[in-house]
Amino acid sequence: MPRIVVDVMPKPEILDPQGKAIVGALPRLGFTGFSAVRQGKRFELTVDGEVTDAILAQAREAAETLLSNPVIEDVVNVEVVEA
Amino acid sequence: MTELPLIGGAPVAVEPHLGGAKIGVVTFPGTLDDRDAARAVRLAGGTAVALWHGDTELGDVDAVVIPGGFSYGDYLRAGAISRFAPLMSRIIDAANSDAKLPVLGICNGFQILTESHLLPGSMIKNDHLKFLCRDQVLRVENNKTFWTSDYRAGEEITVPLKNQDGQYIADEKTLDALEAEGRVVFRYVGWNPNGSRRDIAGISNAAGNVVGLMPHPEHAVEPGFGPESNAGTDGLGFFTSVLNKIVGGAK
Repeated sequence: MPRIVVDVMPKPEILDPQGKAIVGALPRLGFTGFSAVRQGKRFELTVDGEVTDAILAQAREAAETLLSNPVIEDVVNVEVVEA
Repeated sequence: MTELPLIGGAPVAVEPHLGGAKIGVVTFPGTLDDRDAARAVRLAGGTAVALWHGDTELGDVDAVVIPGGFSYGDYLRAGAISRFAPLMSRIIDAANSDAKLPVLGICNGFQILTESHLLPGSMIKNDHLKFLCRDQVLRVENNKTFWTSDYRAGEEITVPLKNQDGQYIADEKTLDALEAEGRVVFRYVGWNPNGSRRDIAGISNAAGNVVGLMPHPEHAVEPGFGPESNAGTDGLGFFTSVLNKIVGGAK
């Protein structure tokens, strides 16, 4: 069944405390090539049947209203992944 | 919600005329502090009314407290799923209506109010990433709101603080507007426990009927069971403020 993938990231101007903790942990494991980490969220919405324009529009609306908080986050990607 | 007292002695003498004021306390799945909030209402002299998130009517309550806890396990974002509960639609409408329903959001309740857009900004994880529980000094920056009129402007109070996602953030323009309009109601004193912008612990809407804060006044309402500083009852003023407002107003 096809899925609609929604990616949400903290807004660039907002400090991401979790990303900061992760970037601090990386060099302790020998991963020294990374200067910053930002942690986001990936949602997979499963669709029974075909992904119509209407369903894709619903996914975009859900992404803006429930899946993300526009005060602190941006929806950076909404795409259909055929299973 | 009839058991009183669970701990401590009988409540201090209250003003009987406040007893007619009904304050609803909302319970969501995962709410923790609804009973303490209801108890605070009663200790302040009011009548506490249990409300369920799935209710579709507010009934005849004169004010609403959205208590702390971990509604829906803080899944997605703290308060994000609760914000769409049926009762929240009623509360949002009533808070924005001419009747200006007084609404207090404490901790997770504050997060629900920002997710509801009743209050601007948002909360993210504490800057130090740890859950923190401590007695916290706050300065009452605005005593003109429905929930702070029994305090003096500039008064410092001590109430418990306990959260993980307590860092208040908003863009600079919003913060400047909040400051200019006197809508920063509480500020952390001595130490900023979570990295909140401009030491903000609590804010209000423009009308002053909706107030949200991260610390917990409902845990500081009874002598001997609150923070050790002062009498441990610094939080009681939230509840007496709104009760006096209700009784002194239209009711």
